[in-house]
Amino acid sequence: MGRRGVVIPLPCSFSESIMPANAFNGFTDYGIGIGLRVPHYRHILSENPVVDWFEIISENFMVEGGRPLEVLDEILEQYRVVQHGVAMYFGSADRLNKEHLRRIKRLVKRTNTPWLSDHLCWGSVDGRYTHDLLPMPYTFAAAKVTAERIRQARDYLEVPICVENVSSYAEYHASEMTEWEFLCEVVELADCGILLDVNNIYVSSQNHGFDPYDYLDNIPHERVGQIHIAGHSKFEKYILDTHDHPVLDPVWKMYGHVLKKTGPTATLLEWDDSIPSFEEVHREALKATKFIDTAISTKPKIRKASDA
Amino acid sequence: MNNVLTPTNRVQSESDLRELQRQMTGMLFRPLNSAWKMQRKSEGGKSISELAESFIKPNDRLTSFERLEIYNRCYWFRVLDSLYDDFPGLLAILGNRRFLKLTTAYLVQYPSESFTLRNLGNRLEQFLTEEPDWIAPHNEVALDMLRFEWAQIMAFDGPSRKPISPRELQKKTPSTLHLGLQPYLSLLAVGHAVDQYLIGVKNQETDGLRSEASNTSDTTPDQNHRRIRLRLPKPEKVYLAVHRHDNMLYTKRLEPAAFALLTALRQGATLEEACETAITAKAPKIKGKVRKAASDQNFPQRLTEWFADWSSLGWFTRP
Repeated sequence: MGRRGVVIPLPCSFSESIMPANAFNGFTDYGIGIGLRVPHYRHILSENPVVDWFEIISENFMVEGGRPLEVLDEILEQYRVVQHGVAMYFGSADRLNKEHLRRIKRLVKRTNTPWLSDHLCWGSVDGRYTHDLLPMPYTFAAAKVTAERIRQARDYLEVPICVENVSSYAEYHASEMTEWEFLCEVVELADCGILLDVNNIYVSSQNHGFDPYDYLDNIPHERVGQIHIAGHSKFEKYILDTHDHPVLDPVWKMYGHVLKKTGPTATLLEWDDSIPSFEEVHREALKATKFIDTAISTKPKIRKASDA
Repeated sequence: MNNVLTPTNRVQSESDLRELQRQMTGMLFRPLNSAWKMQRKSEGGKSISELAESFIKPNDRLTSFERLEIYNRCYWFRVLDSLYDDFPGLLAILGNRRFLKLTTAYLVQYPSESFTLRNLGNRLEQFLTEEPDWIAPHNEVALDMLRFEWAQIMAFDGPSRKPISPRELQKKTPSTLHLGLQPYLSLLAVGHAVDQYLIGVKNQETDGLRSEASNTSDTTPDQNHRRIRLRLPKPEKVYLAVHRHDNMLYTKRLEPAAFALLTALRQGATLEEACETAITAKAPKIKGKVRKAASDQNFPQRLTEWFADWSSLGWFTRP
């Protein structure tokens, strides 16, 4: 499938170099998407801009009716949509919320999303919700609980799941490993994909004092099914993941670095606050093109799961 | 819930994980102080710094307390902003300071139990019924506005059912016909013209409904809630239907008889019973006598017009 749902034959060299190598990186032709946000609805629906795909925040469309679903249906008539959730909370000790799952499944049937993502975090306990993406304690026990929840969700939803690394501002004494080791442990136990948020890695590396390239180099690249890029805000003593700026140079460099390891991967720009015009957001997202082109030309050797 | 302020620094099991998460949420749910900072002491007088140090690592720039405080602030900014977005009319009635105190107290008493911020205000009416002092002396108008604004949330994205066709309606006899109303339609009898008041409030701002869910962190509480204080609406009995049409929000003022008719239908009356209710509702009892609306020669025609209007709006469904 090409842009706006039109089938476009891939150039031979392109298709040879980005042949999906595994179940988690099977969307190498998805190109560059942007997050679907309310301020852009009118422009998108009236101007029909050419966009590879849109990512929606699942919870914004898990409603019973009204304008949100009307807009979604209009978008689905013309574009590919991928669901991204913010409240599944795989890392919560609580069991998965059945009503939440039921609504996600209904939305999955509506969008036909090829994969679905949510965060490697927790955000609720005893049925009370923080509506935040809180960092996990990086322990084997926590990884086991988290992986179990991911498997349960995938089995119920019947769609591949990618888990996203979150940006964080605190670390626990209880942690037994690095964040990327925890990510590896979880995705191997759950046998799921990774939504690698390069900006989040950068933010956390600055807040916790690790080398972001250690993170990028030590994850199972064959499991990266999608990449997020975004902007952030610097404060005196920490960096906050605000998604209200263009992507900064260090994040672009990291993105180029990891693409050489993962191969061309579905990429999405997040811009959630102080949202500029659609054209500006799209222009920023399309800066990823040159990195993807480089990744295609260098023909990376994508590791298979059996090589790991 | 166990004591949320008991330090947990090992996570070797699901139970340990739960304890750590209880401990952290126990701190996040504690309101910020007046300077938008994390409180220094727990309710029991314990040092929050010491409690934070027990499970959060410091780094070379931030103490454990400061790292936890980032999350504490983000939590409150997010949930308060959501309520500010959802209840601008209530905010205008109470003023910024009282609204902030009210919503903070509400969220302490009733933290979110839903995966979506859309439902964050769903127990606010219950809370204000239990603790009316938060809105005194404007209790009646504040509750009217709260119900009106919640009805708008329901109308915005609430469920809908297939409307019943006029042809299907004509086949039935009024004495046996039961009709449902669209779930997104709210019928409100309020004591103040909150609909007009809210229009005035919204004319002062550019924000629409609640912000979307996203995974970003707010850096400051939303400061766009300051506005000129409008004069409160005078007591006035108003009957409202809050609904949507072509997925746009609307509020329709109803005559008392129309309101009574629709309310009776929603409560399960037959069409004939509902019309009878409407007739008697037209004029209240005076000294034991009821002035029947049947004496109003235009009533049958108005009834026909109402049904034509409501049918065209798709309000009627099967029960």
